[in-house]
This record gives sequence, C-alpha cells and structure tokens, in this order.
Amino acid sequence: MIPISYYILLSASIFSISLIGIFFNRRNLILILLCVELMLLASTINFVAFSAYQSSIDGQIIALFVFAVAAAETAIGLAILVVYYRLKSTVDVDQVSSLKG
Amino acid sequence: MLISQLLFYLFSALLLSSSIALIFAKHPVHAVLFLILAFLNGAGLFLLQGAELLAMILIIVYVGAIAVFFLFVVMMLDIEFIKLAHNKRLFSFFGIFIGLIIGAEIGFSAYMWPSSQEALNVDHTIPLNFITNTHAIANVLYSKYQVAVIIAGLILLSAMIGTIVITIRQRPSLKRQNIESQNQRSNTIKLVSPKSGEGLL
Repeated sequence: MIPISYYILLSASIFSISLIGIFFNRRNLILILLCVELMLLASTINFVAFSAYQSSIDGQIIALFVFAVAAAETAIGLAILVVYYRLKSTVDVDQVSSLKG
Repeated sequence: MLISQLLFYLFSALLLSSSIALIFAKHPVHAVLFLILAFLNGAGLFLLQGAELLAMILIIVYVGAIAVFFLFVVMMLDIEFIKLAHNKRLFSFFGIFIGLIIGAEIGFSAYMWPSSQEALNVDHTIPLNFITNTHAIANVLYSKYQVAVIIAGLILLSAMIGTIVITIRQRPSLKRQNIESQNQRSNTIKLVSPKSGEGLL
C-alpha cells in the first residue's frame, strides 16, 4: 500500500497550490472561491487517508461534514458574488470598499 | 498491489497538474473544468483507499452540483476577465512565499509520521467485518454522530435561506396582490351580523 506520508505530501502540495492561487488571482472573486474549494478537497484527502490508515471510519464521516459545509459555503459565496456583481458590475475584490465610510 | 500504486501516482499527478492549471487558467470556465478534473482524480484516490461512498458523493455533489453551479454563475455574469488579470507580479511573490512556507510545514510533518510495516501491509479495499463502506458509515453516522447530522442539516437550511434572502430582488414596479389591503377596503366589504333563522336579506 501507499505510505501515509505520500497522502500528506499530496494534500500539502494541493493546499499550497491553492493558497498560491488565491494570492495569484486575488482580484477575481470566482477564482478565489474555486481555490477555496480545492483547499477543502486537500483537507478531505487528508481526513480520508488517516481514516484508511487507522482503519477507523470517523475520518470519512468528518469528510462528509466537510462536503456539507463546502456546499453551504459555495452557495453563500456565489450569492454574495451575484449580488455584488449586480451592484458594481464587476467581480474585482479591490473595489469592495463600500464600508469604508 | 502494483496496480494500486500505479493508480495512486496517476491520480496524484493528474490532481497536482490540474490544480496548477486551475490557478493559471485564463478563463474561469477553463478553471471550473480543471476543478472538475481535480475532483474526479480525488474521487479516484478515495476509491483507492476504500472510501467508495465518499468517492461517489464527491462526484455527485461536487461535480454534479457545485461545479455546475459555478458554471452557471460564470455564464450568467458575463464578466470581462482580461481586465482583472493585470498587476499579478507583486502579489504572486507573496503568494508563492507564503504557500511554500505552509507547504513545507505540512510536508515536514509528513516525514515525522513513520508508517509501520504492518500498517503498510493492510489492504484497505477489503471491507472490515465484511460490511460495505456505506454500511459502516451509516452505522456510525446515525448513532454516534446524530447531533452532527442535525447540525449539518441546519447549516444547509440556513445557507439555503440566506442565499434566497441575499439574492431576492423586490422590484417596486412589480404589480402584486396585497391581500391585507384588499380586505381592508371599507367600501367593498360590508360586515354584518345575521340573526339566526332570518338570513341576510
């Protein structure tokens, strides 16, 4: 079988890639949301790897709840994105400055 | 044994390359398609570890619902993405710096985690106690984690209500029936108290 450290390295690299992606595409709100989804996938890979490693089912259940929270987060984030685009006609994060006063 | 290792390397290489292609994608539709490819490879990795239910949920929920939802929003908004693409140089330096630091931290913890030979020899694709993965998850999910299931349902419900409340748009020009004001018009409705046996007329 594959050692657990390979899975940890894989999820660490995916997490870092998506973190770099957030900084790289930091003006585009849609790509930021996509990178957050990829981060959640990386953490889920870690949970499932430890669940299989320890022969315990609890990690897979936590991964299930991660899916539920990710679905809720995507729905709220895209709703905010649609409302923001309706307000400002752009998805540029730099122009979110309505609360500045 | 060899086939599972080969599949692991194939899936992880495709996962890494599709996530790299996601963050460098020029158009968000391409980015969403690379996200779908990453999720499919993640589902393949879950299958290799014996988590069949999670692999299927990943395909159904993520690829079937969330990624299509992203595609709908990208299609609906019609944004000029080329305008958003400049001034990447400064922040990509910080991003690569912070990303490499965090990746190195989690990666070092991987080497601190020794795998014993017995753990390496366990074949996780054989179900424990001869019950399927779905059966095992359901046994624990509805007994030990029942409160968490209810809380997850509440989270999804509040997300649904919040999404509807955020995105609903009340147009003032829209003509709609207002039942209360209709009932309170005094010249159209007359309230009488008829005596019994006599009727209204």
